[in-house]
Order: sequence, then structure tokens, then C-alpha cells
Amino acid sequence: MSDLQAQTDLYFVRRELAPPEPPPERTSGPVTWLRKNLFATPTDAVMTILALLFVAYALPGILEWALFKAVWDGADRTACLGDVGACWAFVKAKFPQFIYGRYPLEERWRVDIVFFLLAAGLIPMAIPAAPWKRFNLIFLMLVLPVVSFLLLTGGAFGLEEVETALWGGLLVTLVVSYIGIVVSLPLGILLALGRRSDLPAVRFFSIGFIELWRGVPLITVLFMASVMLPLFLPAGMNFNKLLRALIGVALFSSAYVAEVIRGGLQAIPKGQYEAARALGLGYWQMMRLIVLPQALKLVIPGIVNSFISLLKDTSLVYIIGLFDLLGIVRLNFSDANWATPETPATGLVFAALVFWIFCFGMSRYSQGLERRLNTGHKR
Amino acid sequence: MAHPIAEDAPLRTAEPRVSFLNDPVKRGLLVQFVLLVLVVGFFAWIVTNTAENLQRANIASGFGFLDYRAGFDIAQSVVPYSQDASYGYALLVGFINTLVVAVLGVVIASFIGLLVGIGRLSSNWLVRQISTAYVETFRNIPPLLVIFFWYFGVLAVLPQPRDALSLGFGFSLSNRGMFTPRPLFEPAFWVVVAGFAVGIAMTVAFSAWARRKQMRTGQQTRVLPAALALIVGLPLVLFVLAGSPMSLEFPQQTRFNLVGGLQVKPEFIALMLALSIYTAAFIAEIVRAGILAVSHGQTEAAHSLGLRPGPTLRLIVIPQALRVIIPPLTSQYLNLTKNSSLAVAIGYPDLVSVGGTILNQTGQAVEIVIIWMAVYLGISLATSLFMNWFNRRVALVER
Repeated sequence: MSDLQAQTDLYFVRRELAPPEPPPERTSGPVTWLRKNLFATPTDAVMTILALLFVAYALPGILEWALFKAVWDGADRTACLGDVGACWAFVKAKFPQFIYGRYPLEERWRVDIVFFLLAAGLIPMAIPAAPWKRFNLIFLMLVLPVVSFLLLTGGAFGLEEVETALWGGLLVTLVVSYIGIVVSLPLGILLALGRRSDLPAVRFFSIGFIELWRGVPLITVLFMASVMLPLFLPAGMNFNKLLRALIGVALFSSAYVAEVIRGGLQAIPKGQYEAARALGLGYWQMMRLIVLPQALKLVIPGIVNSFISLLKDTSLVYIIGLFDLLGIVRLNFSDANWATPETPATGLVFAALVFWIFCFGMSRYSQGLERRLNTGHKR
Repeated sequence: MAHPIAEDAPLRTAEPRVSFLNDPVKRGLLVQFVLLVLVVGFFAWIVTNTAENLQRANIASGFGFLDYRAGFDIAQSVVPYSQDASYGYALLVGFINTLVVAVLGVVIASFIGLLVGIGRLSSNWLVRQISTAYVETFRNIPPLLVIFFWYFGVLAVLPQPRDALSLGFGFSLSNRGMFTPRPLFEPAFWVVVAGFAVGIAMTVAFSAWARRKQMRTGQQTRVLPAALALIVGLPLVLFVLAGSPMSLEFPQQTRFNLVGGLQVKPEFIALMLALSIYTAAFIAEIVRAGILAVSHGQTEAAHSLGLRPGPTLRLIVIPQALRVIIPPLTSQYLNLTKNSSLAVAIGYPDLVSVGGTILNQTGQAVEIVIIWMAVYLGISLATSLFMNWFNRRVALVER
């Protein structure tokens, strides 16, 4: 008993309160946020201050140019002379030209219908929950190009014929990139399959084709399409400029799409191929029913990315004398009615904005898709 | 109940009779044969058409025209060039101009890209936002538009040379481009160059010795101070000892123009800025992805082994990130090289632009396009061979 008593005596019992700990650092609120995100360490603070200085230096100038000192209305160049910012009046005056090029005024409703059909096809395609994806795809890949071709060129069904030389602006940009996409997707799939084929001749030609186009700049391809295609064809057979550019762009981009799709094909485990074979499927059945559906799903983001570069690359058709959006903006710099020091920058910023909206939209879509298709693999 | 196999059951020796088209081997051969015939036929058709068309247009095919007198000026050239030079030499000048833009562009783009890529991962909110804005802006705009923006929107509207914007130290900016002081080398300057070369060689030797020493004894030797002293200090000392064999020629203000000094043409500046800014946005994303690909456990393991943040980055994170970074980086470098052909749109005399001029003068479309394609394919091939070699060096060596 006394033994136990001795033991308990050893215990220490505190008789007064311990001094209070300081309150824990706040984990929310603006000050904490600042400390955590901007001033965590001395280096961090220095970087923040440098970045702030940079923003303080750049932002007011940009805002002043684009908004506060900009000219919004005006009939000609006189409005944009003197100490002013962006000449938005120029964009306003030329807007129809930037969209339609020199497409005849009274026929522009045809272009509008094509734009509407494109939007009507693309929007449900981009919404995952929208039904009838298969028909949607057929509409986009087959029906739309044919309908647009008939509508835009005319010469049938009582529509007046419009030469492609009159097309321009956003219309040409969209036509070239859209046809590029529609042609390069199936061609790219075929080339990717060819590159992984067991037949040496098929593989050889596919590799040669892909590497040739991937190794050269698009400009040389376009030059080739514009100066060499006429040489390649027998006398009397000729294409117009737009079609030549389309051929060049489509072949060029199919090589890139092929490489993206090859990545998808390589990611499909060998067991899938073997299982398809074991079920008795032939080569095309195996590809169509087993391999391609999985491979294409894997590489949709990559395909969208190569379409983004295709859209950006269409601006190069200007170099062979087509007036796409960038080309027509560039053409208008020399319009004597609007030539001011601010005109080029304003026109280019407008064109940049249009390209940016399309490309950024596509890249966001592809990122969203990537996230949606990646469920379950997140680490 | 086992089914006994009769000893005298006929063995199936003959192959089953299959239709010729259903035999995969034979069908494969047939497909390849048809493809071969089609491709060869297509090329033959093209070649005959081209030959006929050329004959009708009275254009002699072949590369003989390369020896003719060029007769046009090239605005900018690293090597001496005059109108009397041959077409072949003009193409070479264009090719060198392409290489200059490509190499400088790659260096600047890598630098900006690295900074922005690290900035995208910074813990600093503001830096992160600025980097993201940079990447998202420039990734989604055509490079040609960026070139135009600098050329027509910014550089063309700068003041005339006589009221050029002075940047100090003899640097000034006007609508004729950037004027900088021109270094004039005296003959004795070779001493400095030699000193620089010796400095690099000695640094390499020193770092090899330091590594061997560390392997043997575990003692580390700091290489950086010695390297600085050898590469920067040695040439500097020699420069002073040789009596400063270099002077600077400053551009002089005359009534209408700046004379003397070194002029960097606006075409070059616009192309350079646009290509490096555009490509840097892609490189930044690649760098970011590469760093993210190294799992955090690697950093933690390095820290628990007692490595400080610097060596952790240098010895653990970067070598592993490089593995992921290099293949896409190669293709970005190639893209930049190929995009340098956009020079033709603003008249910087690169290979494509010079070739275009020759094409217009001589009509030798086929030959010019073949030269273009051969050169760019050659550059692509050489770059990817080099990068593949480099990639193999940094690749993960697994057990």
C-alpha cells in the first residue's frame, strides 16, 4: 500500500493555469491570403514587388491605348490623327469586309446561313449530353461541306455564281481551316494505320509522306501548291487559288493528325488487338470496332490541339495571295482613307482577338474533354 | 470415354483450299503491289506533265541556273554579298540568315520559356497569373499576326532616325530599326579570343578533375568561381594586357539618318521578337509539364538525404524533368526554325524569301521548292538526330 502511495507521490499535478498560447495564425481572410500567396518569403516579396511594378508600368498604357484614348467613331482617317489610342472606328468601318471579304453585298446572306449551320452543327457536338452524336458528326463531316460549297459558290439552284477570288476575311479563314479539318481527319487515320501496318510498302509510303510534310514549313507547302500544282497537271486542267491552298493545307495537316492518332494507337494494349483477332475479326473490322474507338477517344485532345494549330496556320495563305482575316486586315493598312499610325496596330489587335477567341475556345474545350475522359486515372 | 485415334487415320497434309484473296500473305503482297503501281504511276504522271509544261513554257530544268548572276540586293547579310554573286550564293546567304534567326530565336525562346514555365508553378499568386496570361495570350494567336504586330504596329510607327528614341550607351530605336555601337577589332584581339577558348578548355578540365576527386574522396570542390575566373577573368586580363585591342564605333546623328554603328533592321527585330515570344509560350508549358512530372517524393527524398534546395533542383529534379521535356522541346525548336520562313511576309531575306525572289526571276519553281524542302528536311533531321542523342544521354537508365 505504502508502495503505491510512494508511486503516486511522484506524479506532478499542476496547480495553476499555464500561460495562454498565442492564438493560432488565421487560416483565412485577406491578410493571410496576402501573406501566403504574395509575401511568403523575402524572395517572394521581392518578386511580388517587381511584378507589381511591371503591372503598374504596362497596364495603364494598355488600357489607355485600348479604351480611354481610343477613337470609337469616325468617318475616315482624320478622326484617328493626333495623340489618340486605338482607332476602333477603322475596325467598325471595315467590319463587313473583315468578315466577308469582297463577297457581293446582296449575296452575303448565303455566308450568314453557312455560319449559322456551322454553329448549329458545332454547338450540340460540343455538349456532351446532346443526343444523336452520330448524325451530328455525319452532318458536320459530310453534309455541311457539300451544302456550304453549293451555297457559297452558287451557280446552281438559281443562285448567282460567286468566284472564290471574291471570298475573303473570316469566311476564307473558316473555310480553309474547316475543310482542312474535314479532309485531314480521315486521311490522318489512314496514314496512322499505314504507319503501323505490317505491310512494308504501305508502312514505307506512310512514313515517307508523314515525315516529308512534317519536316517542311507550311509556307513551302503553300508555295508548292500555288506554283507547282499547275505544273503537275496536264495542260487545260487547272484549279483556282483557294482550292490549291486547300489541298496544301489538308495534306500538311493530315501528316500532323496522323502522328497524333499514332500515339493513340500505340497506347492501346496489345491484348485488345489479339482479342479482336481471336474473335475472328478481320483487319478493318478490328480497327473499326475495337481499336479506333478506343484510340481516337484517347487522342481527342491532341486532335483538337492540331486543329488549333491548323486554324492559326491558315493565316499563312495570305502569303500566296489569298485574303483571309489577317490578309484582309493587312490589305486595309494601305487604304488611303484610313492610313494613320494607329491603324495597323488596331486592325491587328482586332484580328488577334478573333483568332484568340476561336483558339482559346477550342483549347478550353479540349482541356475540359481531357478532364472528362480522364476520370478514374487521377492521382 | 476416350476416343481412340485410329493409327491409320489420314493425316491432313494438304493446306486447306483457300481463295487467293483470303490468304493474308498473298493479299498483303497484292495490296502492296497495287499501292506501288499507283504511287509510281502517279509520280510518272506528274513528271511527264511537268516536263511537258516546262517545255511549253521554255524553262530549262536542272540546277544550272544556280551559277547565273543574281542581280538583286539582299538587305541584310552576315557574309559579304553583292549583286554580282551567283543565285547559289544568294541562296546560301538566305540559308545563313535563316540559321541566324533560328539559333537566336531558340536561345531567347528557351530563356523566356523557362522563366515563364517556372513562373506558372510559382507559389507567388501574381507571378503565376502574369505567366498564365502570357501563355494563354500568345499560344492562341497566329505567329504571323505577332510578326505583323511588331513590324507594322510597333516598329513602323516609331519616330524617324533623326528623332530616334535613345536607349543610352549609343543604343537607339527608330523606324529604321535599332542602332547599336559597332565593335571594331584590332589585330591583337585574337589574344582575347584565344584566352576565352583556353578558359573554356581549362574549365572543362577542372570540372572533370573536381568530379573525379569527389568520386574518389567524397570532397566537393566549387567549380563555379574557378569557371568564372577562367572564362570571364582570363580574357579580361588578356584584353587589358594587350592594350584594349577593341574600340566601339558609335552611330553618329546626321541630318536625316544615323551613320556608322551597327544597324539591326526592323524586319529582323520583328521576326526575332515574334518568333521567340510565340514559341516561348509553348516552351513554358513544356517546362511546366516536365517539372510537374517529377513526383514530389523525389524532392522530399532528396531533402531527407540532406541535399539543400539548390543541389536538389540541379541533381534530382532537373535531370528527371529533362527526360520529359526534351522530346516536345525538340519539336518546338523545329517549329521555330520552320516558322522563321514567315520572314517572307515582311521581307527579311531568309531562305524562303530569297528563294521566292529567284523563283520569280527565273521561273525555276520545281528546283527552288526542292531546295527549300531539302534544306528544311535536312535541318529537321539534323536537329532531331542531335536531340535524340542528347535524349539518350539524359534518358532513364533502368535496371
